[in-house]
Amino acid sequence: MVDRKYLLNSKQMASFVTEGYLRFDSLIPDTINQEAMREFEAGMRGAPYGTPLGQVYPEASAVNRLLAMPEVEGIIQSLVGPNPLFDHHAIHVRQANEAAAQHLHGDAVIDTRTHFDIQLMYFPHAIPLEMGGTLLVPGTHFRRINESEIGRYQNMRGQIPMVCEAGTLLALHHGIWHCGRQNTTGRVRYMFKIRLNPTVRQLKLWNTDDLGDPEVERILATRYSWFEDASGRLEIMNRSRLWRFLTGDPEYDTDYWLTRVENMPEMLLEEAT
Amino acid sequence: MGNRRQKVLVLYLSNSALDSKVLAWSIYDGTGKEAHTTGDSDTPPYATGLDALKAGWRVIQFPQLIPPYPGDEYSTSFYKHEFIFEQLEAVDG
Repeated sequence: MVDRKYLLNSKQMASFVTEGYLRFDSLIPDTINQEAMREFEAGMRGAPYGTPLGQVYPEASAVNRLLAMPEVEGIIQSLVGPNPLFDHHAIHVRQANEAAAQHLHGDAVIDTRTHFDIQLMYFPHAIPLEMGGTLLVPGTHFRRINESEIGRYQNMRGQIPMVCEAGTLLALHHGIWHCGRQNTTGRVRYMFKIRLNPTVRQLKLWNTDDLGDPEVERILATRYSWFEDASGRLEIMNRSRLWRFLTGDPEYDTDYWLTRVENMPEMLLEEAT
Repeated sequence: MGNRRQKVLVLYLSNSALDSKVLAWSIYDGTGKEAHTTGDSDTPPYATGLDALKAGWRVIQFPQLIPPYPGDEYSTSFYKHEFIFEQLEAVDG
């Protein structure tokens, strides 16, 4: 178990629930970044699906050292617990002068769980705008779609192209819509992605000392510019449901959306008076 | 279509009204003059679907209004309000 000071706080967890990802700029030191680049270019071995994460990588490897950083352990432990399973990893490459972006997609298959996997995306070198950093659409992780069915959506309001310094890490909810963008530079772009499965109930795994901070509720009420007028309200409801799941608070709500439609009194008038 | 080619504009609007706000968009150009791909623009080509009509696009699909399946009222998936437009453009040869 990592020291409590490295765990995420409630505001960060609320951001994860709202946006579907957390971003940690320049978190990984250059010594690991440079070694990771050499390992990625040489190719890396993975492990069978479901292998305990601690058994996947050689101890001295760059990825293992990255995963062993207390800051990274704190992120993982807060989201999926201290002993997650390795699902799979991939080194994603956008070739130099690769004109077409990937189609927008969600990974794996349509997934109706409230429980969630995370994917860490690690950018070992700096990514300028024109280099094809991953495109994310914050808040799309509640939408039930199957992989590339959304490929016809080329652009959405609020989409975020990853532009970052070396050593930047993203922690994604498995459902978020994303794609690799076109790379108009003459250099190859690398991104390492690893998917992790929880092995414990995802209940208050982070540092909950600030759970009552009003900022948490404000974050959970965020609306996005890609929301449709009506279904945008459903997004807030689905977000509240995930927050209830994570906190164990069955009555949490944002702006009364869930509470209103859950109100089905059974008490007879005679009992109420 | 002779020497004409189809350009297709897909607009995802904020509700079922054609004059509601554009939230997402895609363009496919059969003339080959433009090549659009995911994430190539942060600014919608028009503010509303009606603005696309005013610019000369012909609407060729209005999305049907389909009520949610029972039990699925609170789940979200694809955009509901997908309007498709076309223009026919002359090409050489």
